[in-house]
Amino acid sequence: MTTATSIHVPPVPAAQRYGQLAFWSILAVLLAWSFYPAEIYKAPLLVTDAGNMARYASGFLSPNFADWKIYAAEMLVTVNIAIWGTFLAILFGIPFSLLASNNVAPAWVVQPVRRLMDCCRAINELVFAVLFVVAVGLGPFAGVMAVFIHNLGIISKLFSEAVEASDPRPVEGIRATGATRLQEVIYGIVPQVMPLWLSYGLYRFESNVRGATVLGIVGAGGIGQLLFENIRGFYYAETAAIMIVVVITVAIIDIISQRLRKVLV
Amino acid sequence: MPLSAIRIERLSKTFSSGKRGLDDISLTVGKGEMVALIGASGSGKSTLIRHIAGLVTADRANGSTISVHDRAVQDQGRIATNVRDIRREIGVIFQQFNLVGRMSVLTNVLTGVLGRIPAWRGSVGAFPLTEQRAAMAALTRVGIAETARQRASTLSGGQQQRAAIARALVQGARILLADEPIASLDPASARRVMETLETINSQDGITVVVALHQVEYARRFCQRTIAMQAGRVVFDGPSSQLSNERLRQIYGSASEELILPDAGEVRRPAPIPEGLAAAVAA
Repeated sequence: MTTATSIHVPPVPAAQRYGQLAFWSILAVLLAWSFYPAEIYKAPLLVTDAGNMARYASGFLSPNFADWKIYAAEMLVTVNIAIWGTFLAILFGIPFSLLASNNVAPAWVVQPVRRLMDCCRAINELVFAVLFVVAVGLGPFAGVMAVFIHNLGIISKLFSEAVEASDPRPVEGIRATGATRLQEVIYGIVPQVMPLWLSYGLYRFESNVRGATVLGIVGAGGIGQLLFENIRGFYYAETAAIMIVVVITVAIIDIISQRLRKVLV
Repeated sequence: MPLSAIRIERLSKTFSSGKRGLDDISLTVGKGEMVALIGASGSGKSTLIRHIAGLVTADRANGSTISVHDRAVQDQGRIATNVRDIRREIGVIFQQFNLVGRMSVLTNVLTGVLGRIPAWRGSVGAFPLTEQRAAMAALTRVGIAETARQRASTLSGGQQQRAAIARALVQGARILLADEPIASLDPASARRVMETLETINSQDGITVVVALHQVEYARRFCQRTIAMQAGRVVFDGPSSQLSNERLRQIYGSASEELILPDAGEVRRPAPIPEGLAAAVAA
């Protein structure tokens, strides 16, 4: 069958074609620009000096669990820090996320709140931990505050993205009944975004257990302190045991939270 | 007692795109009337309803005003400060039902009382038992009481629309604005919803304004029809006078969209574009 030449196939719009070209060009430029500063040229060393790594790694092959009770207790403290840090971040993150959503708050509120949340998010947990160790002293509470503040920024951003993607029609339905602005949010938006919020919250909890394992390095409680001391003292066997404890804990929490998410969503 | 339920004077709306959504509309709807709003897609039916409900503002023209029960909803493009009080008297039914899918049907219906009970009660979800009973009564009335504890998203389209009507009933609305309530429903559900609206109108004396896409439903359920085209009112009178002939006079070939094919009219197939005809022939 022949095709009539009179049928016109519309060409790909120029904006779309150049957009793709621009995307790949920018990516290439970024990678080239970062090549030397990031010392990517050292990549061959991974092969030529593999023997060094093997020797170092072999030190970990015989973990020493003699002090496992201490490791377990410190690991639990780490989990406790993550629980409270995540809880506080969600509790305060909900109002902040609503204030950072274009479909809830006016622009003159949204922009300042977002910049504030950017600050919380941009500064690493370890930096906050140092700050709070100075303020409230050594120990897990400094860790809780560090997890809380850093995650407040992350949770607010994630939650507000869910709010902005919510369907406006149920909100209009609630508005038409003569409800207040707050009630529009409570009945129109929150039920819609709740599954996403729960899912994000659980994911952040997992991440925070992982993140909290290093807070001990600056004295903010948990298993990090033990880990760091053993690495610095070249106690490979003990370090290996601690790392195994961390991996098992993170895996267990991962499994539980995955199950929970399936039930909740 | 005021005689008019809705009074609109010199209402115009220009969208940000520059398109004229409503063009100098003036009309009055009496208390207890059931009025159909007819027009093709984009003729301004939905826009008009959203203006009456105070969900959007009109152009800031002099003398432009909408009042409901003699209280201004908006005046010269400004929403009244007490609009929440007025909204309580206006129930709105939407084409897509606008229920909250993850909440139970009962809770969805109960949101109708939010404007009537203290704000803190509504905000924490402590609905008084009398209101819960009223909500159940409304659900019984629209015939879906058995679904009360189900999530709204599990209901069929017709059931969801009836739940939305129950919400408006619980709200104690004196005016019901329905924005194409049956456009996403199958014919049986559509008839059921229209009958429910008719019952509410005749038994409770609630004023009903219903935007419809097809004229058959207007003729069957509404005494009066207002027909719109390009943001203007082009017909306002008894539905019985709006024959297919009259529709064709008003809308020309666009009238086909407003007449159901099973109304005795056979639609001719659209002519095949030239290029395609050539391709098929070759």
